Amino acid sequence: MTPFHYTRASDVSDAIRQIAADPAAKFIAGGTNLIDLMKYDVEHPARLIDISQLPLKSIEETSAGGLRIGALVPNSDLAYHPAIEQRYPLLASAILAGASQQLRNMASTGGNLVQRTRCFYFYDAVTPCNKRQPGSGCSAISGVNRINAILGTSEACIATHPSDMCVVLAVLEATVHVAGPAGARAIAFSDFHRLPDNTPQRDTNLEPDEIITAIELPPKGFSANYSYLKIRDRLSYAFALVSVAAALELDGDTIKEARLALGGVAHKPWRVSAAEAVLLGQRADASIFAQAAEIMLRGAKGYGHNNFKIGLARRAIVRTLSQAAHGTPQSQSVKKIR
Amino acid sequence: MAQSGTAEPVRQIAALPEKIPVTLIINGTRSKLTVAPWTSLLDALRDHLDLTGTKKGCDHGQCGACTVLVDGRRINSCLTLAVMKEGTEVTTVEGLASEGTLHALQQAFIDHDAFQCGYCTSGQICSAAGLIAEGKARTADEIRELMSGNICRCGAYPNIVAAIQQAMERS
Repeated sequence: MTPFHYTRASDVSDAIRQIAADPAAKFIAGGTNLIDLMKYDVEHPARLIDISQLPLKSIEETSAGGLRIGALVPNSDLAYHPAIEQRYPLLASAILAGASQQLRNMASTGGNLVQRTRCFYFYDAVTPCNKRQPGSGCSAISGVNRINAILGTSEACIATHPSDMCVVLAVLEATVHVAGPAGARAIAFSDFHRLPDNTPQRDTNLEPDEIITAIELPPKGFSANYSYLKIRDRLSYAFALVSVAAALELDGDTIKEARLALGGVAHKPWRVSAAEAVLLGQRADASIFAQAAEIMLRGAKGYGHNNFKIGLARRAIVRTLSQAAHGTPQSQSVKKIR
Repeated sequence: MAQSGTAEPVRQIAALPEKIPVTLIINGTRSKLTVAPWTSLLDALRDHLDLTGTKKGCDHGQCGACTVLVDGRRINSCLTLAVMKEGTEVTTVEGLASEGTLHALQQAFIDHDAFQCGYCTSGQICSAAGLIAEGKARTADEIRELMSGNICRCGAYPNIVAAIQQAMERS
């Protein structure tokens, strides 16, 4: 690691003051991604501002009937919180599908949103990478790209966002609360992460001097009909090749509301409103699920090693929607896919 | 090496960031140390406190050999900075046995021959202690899933699961 200075923030406004005063500084909370990247010489902040002790660790009811999750709530505490287990089991399921329990004990809710891609070339500091070094080129497009994106890519970058939790926050239409020198603002989850376009070095629309303070969930949790299905190269503790979050509201067999998002396939959780719309008012069965899958994957493009993701995603979407419709969500400990 | 006729330009070498005092309560004993900001908790334990039971495997949070308990929760000590853990209680594998009696997990690992080379074992045992404290695992499938952050390249997994089941039943 490159040597760095270390300071603690005493409160949120102190954290904002410190980061605004030093453009070479970064916040550290759980550290599970940042310290790893520093060891690989991908990140080299001159100063770490420790925000891990700030009072952003509570989960509170909102007047709208949802929940406000402090940015520093550890992933494991969030997944096992009774209100999340009961009202937002899809979120609990996705969190438990990611990382290991040790990492979930460390990683924060806000940090999960700003974790960086797991593209092999981003991590390999000696190869060209437009995300790491803008203008140097993308090694993945013509390289080993088995884990890379098939949707929303650009000529500059085919990296994916690695989070499981974020796929469900997209489905639940969460709001990200942030604060900065100009004050506080709220960002709709769909606007938080970016597609790579020609600025892949920017993963999110969070400004460098802003801090995430909370994630707000709307009241609707789809706790009856949901599933999170994660397909990966080993059964646990691996990033998704393809993951699907599905949430349905049913009236008998008829779909009244549908939410669908993909992980592991794009630079951000992938939602397509037309794919959700096609399900509305329809009988919940495999043929309409296949139509939704076709729409979700419109424009999908493989780069060689990852061509398999297109067919895999199509089948995973149908399977996950079936699991949700039947009220039989994918277990995250018994790995057999039914 | 041949010297050129001109003098070397004077290089400005920035002073290294100062070391920082930190107090940790390690296995019940208060320890004061002074470490560079970039010292991981793992390196503080091994290199500053000579507690070498905690192992460095990958040093990237992928293998679990460095697992310790901080305020009772299992974490990867390689991915946390010692200075961030000021005032916390750290339990390493050295702190599990009490007054000459092995911890139930240590005895269970022996009873079930739950290791081969032993390099991952202290991390496995600390992780399992965290798992039992969490109380979320009941079945063998759940133990396997919640122990997936600990890799055993000898492949002693069936015996590790059996050992944890034994310790869970007796705890």
